[in-house]
Amino acid sequence: MSTAAHDHGHSHDHGHDDHAHKPYGMMRWVKSTNHKDIGTMYLWFSFTMFLLGGCMALAIRTELFEPGLQILTPERFNSMITYHGLIMVFGAIMPAFVGFANWLIPMQIGAPDMAFPRMNNLSFWLLPPAALLLIAAQFVPGGGAGVGWTMYAPLSTQAGVAMDLTIFAVHILGMSSIMGSINIITTILNMRAPGMGMMKMPLFCWTWLITAYLLVAAMPVLAGAVTMTLTDRHFGTSFFNAAGGGDPVLYQHIFWFFGHPEVYIIAIPAFGVISQVIPAFSRKPLFGYASMVYATASIAILSFLVWAHHMYTVGMPVEAQLYFMYATTLIAVPTGVKVFNWVATMWRGSLTFETPMLFALGFLFLFTLGGFTGLVLSVVPVDVQLHDTYYVVAHFHYVMVAGALFSAFAGIYFWLPKWTGKMYNEKLGQIHFWLSLIFFNVAFFVQHFLGLAGMPRRVPDYSLQFAEFNMISSIGAWGFGLAQLLFLYIVVKCITSGEKALDKQWEGADSLEWTHLPSPPPYHSFVTPPIVK
Amino acid sequence: MQSCRLFGGSMGNKLVKLFAVWSALALTPAVAFAEYKLNLQTPNTALGHEIYDLHTDITWICVVIFVIVFGFMFYSIFKHRKSAGHQAAQFHHNTLVEVLWTAIPALILIAMAVPGTKALTHMRDTAEPDLTIKATGYQWKWGYDYIKGEGEGISFYSNLATPRAQIDGTDIAGRNANPHYLLEVDNVLVIPTGKKVRMLVTGADVIHAWWVPALAVKQDAIPGFIRDTWFKAEQPGIFRGQCAELCGKDHGFMPIVVEVKSPADYAKWVESQKDKIAKTKVADNPDKEWTLDELKARGEKVYAQNCVACHQATGMGVPNTFPALSGSKIVNGPKEGQIDRVLNGKPGTAMAPFKGQLSDTEIAAVITYTRNNWANKTGEAVTPADVKAGRSAKPAG
Repeated sequence: MSTAAHDHGHSHDHGHDDHAHKPYGMMRWVKSTNHKDIGTMYLWFSFTMFLLGGCMALAIRTELFEPGLQILTPERFNSMITYHGLIMVFGAIMPAFVGFANWLIPMQIGAPDMAFPRMNNLSFWLLPPAALLLIAAQFVPGGGAGVGWTMYAPLSTQAGVAMDLTIFAVHILGMSSIMGSINIITTILNMRAPGMGMMKMPLFCWTWLITAYLLVAAMPVLAGAVTMTLTDRHFGTSFFNAAGGGDPVLYQHIFWFFGHPEVYIIAIPAFGVISQVIPAFSRKPLFGYASMVYATASIAILSFLVWAHHMYTVGMPVEAQLYFMYATTLIAVPTGVKVFNWVATMWRGSLTFETPMLFALGFLFLFTLGGFTGLVLSVVPVDVQLHDTYYVVAHFHYVMVAGALFSAFAGIYFWLPKWTGKMYNEKLGQIHFWLSLIFFNVAFFVQHFLGLAGMPRRVPDYSLQFAEFNMISSIGAWGFGLAQLLFLYIVVKCITSGEKALDKQWEGADSLEWTHLPSPPPYHSFVTPPIVK
Repeated sequence: MQSCRLFGGSMGNKLVKLFAVWSALALTPAVAFAEYKLNLQTPNTALGHEIYDLHTDITWICVVIFVIVFGFMFYSIFKHRKSAGHQAAQFHHNTLVEVLWTAIPALILIAMAVPGTKALTHMRDTAEPDLTIKATGYQWKWGYDYIKGEGEGISFYSNLATPRAQIDGTDIAGRNANPHYLLEVDNVLVIPTGKKVRMLVTGADVIHAWWVPALAVKQDAIPGFIRDTWFKAEQPGIFRGQCAELCGKDHGFMPIVVEVKSPADYAKWVESQKDKIAKTKVADNPDKEWTLDELKARGEKVYAQNCVACHQATGMGVPNTFPALSGSKIVNGPKEGQIDRVLNGKPGTAMAPFKGQLSDTEIAAVITYTRNNWANKTGEAVTPADVKAGRSAKPAG
């Protein structure tokens, strides 16, 4: 991994007063305080975790290929769904977007680096130990904790020692996220080039500023929830134990007070990437920049007010259910504004369809579909039928995979020429897109029907009426998983032997990293701030 | 509610089938669609019909908006492409359009919230039931107690009836011939048609969820709290559901089966149950003189219903997860220790307290069975009187 990403930091010398007193070899990465090196490490870490979580997904889908128990015991199956979720959310998607933030924010606002470079190093290097804890949890006596990524009490207080490792991993991941967020907020608020007003920033910076505030507010809540689980397990407290005066549902309230903003922590940076890519390939400014900023901020605020829509079946008072239903449907308004703005950006543009644009369009189409199933789920009586079924599994994979992951792919293909100074193979990129799009839908569209017909989620076996769709879904999952190896090949090939990329590779790209910096950019992006008109 | 309907149910079915063709047909060209279930199960309650129609309406609204929005997108993709020589316009906002596409979705949402609110208030009205039944989720079975109304006093447990050999793959032919694989139980919950049944739902150990799709009920079973829900079944028949909240190892293996009978048949069933209770009472009389063999025979049945999922038929448990009973120190030690463990469970583990679930006779029988089976040869009979004494002893904790 280090050889693959090695040359973009020092291969290029352009006469800047380059403060590149960097160690070489392994220590360059271990001790790095450079936003580009750290961004690169985040992205490679994220891809490694993506493959690991993906292998777990394939184990799950292989078990579900046909009825009966074949390759996994029920305990191991439960452990797979737990760590698949945790690794994908905390290990793959979140670090991927932090990687983007590290690479892009200093370049897009005209700064030399992040505000706190040493803290930046620490926020990254907290991730590998957390990942090791999650992996080690698979091998302790009793195996991984089979509690689901939501870790509901009291199942989590009953679980084995793997649960303790998982709790510590979540603590460490939370610390890493909070430090990363403090860094991003400080950088954006204090290090913009002269003339770069807040409302002139590229939308990607805006979305990350808002996301960072969400992280700072939400992650400590999760840390609180898992700490209470820990003390319930070992220190005789009864936060979630009715026999000691506690309440199991309290855990769910706390978890989802974190968990719903978490959905937007993942989605909002994805919106940012899409808002850079679509205008570039439409050769037209983003439609409704100001309304995009306001819509994103509204979504972020609303995300703290709707948590209990994940808990419609716990038996809340009807008044509470009504409130959470109305508040949840309200999120459709700003989200709709964003979708309309993206379509309006394309309208009467001059469109081309390179790989980043294809992934952005895939995002737009499928994320909206996932948004609509979210709207169906927001209506309490309907949700009561669909809660904890495969309909929900389909819904959040449309939002997380076709949403966040497709947007990350769009971003990687978009900025890879800038980051590496080399061009990926456009034809292979497009094949990667079409394989991903088709197999994603084969894997997940049929899950809507499974959920409607009554198949619960998180079961290792199912009755025969669900057999055909499960088989189709498993084939899709394998196809989707294998297609990602093509992505790895494309990226490695680009880094090692891609053709030289232009400084402004994309005709319609207009942010500072394209207009003011060469490809690849110097080690410290802007030593003298650019003048922004 | 019917007046609120925007589109007919058959249209809804066609729509859903259209989606199925789009996604599934490409892969398996010779699909017989009759075999595929593509929509919510056919409801058997008025509320179920209301929810079914609500789901169809909302899905249609979403489809219409989806087609309009992406109609624009695809028009743009085909007409405004650079390769077709289209020059980019440079407009970047339009206040009127922006206000409209904020206000119109808000109005649509309000229109959707009206029937949603109506169905929700209907759903939560558990007042004035004809029959009240408590469902308790255990790891991994359901317990039912008829609390109030016709059948009051009936109480039983409901375990998965599918043979293990069909699940683990030693009897694949049996599985393929079993139309109710994983959806069958030993004792079904029986209720009458046309009566409002209020379900009190709780959990004994972790959170479970009581869910029967055709009756449109799903309620989490939360340990230490009782929540309620209700249904009024329209037609007789057998309706199957499953636990819907991850509850550990056998979450996928604790189905719910409800048999809806006409009121006359229901009355007959209540009579037969009362007979059965009386007979068990005689057979399980704790005051009678039990021989070792009688206890072992009774205990084997109790073991199969309550213990086998974790401790296994071999008595070997699951390494590092569920302890073995064969050769166990507790099982081969003083009987008081084992009686205490079965009565009070082991807090913080999956070993539940059985004092509320099983009678003195049943506990005595199952303990005797485990102490004289596999590698355990204590030769000792534990009597119902021993268990009774254990109930008044202080738990070892």
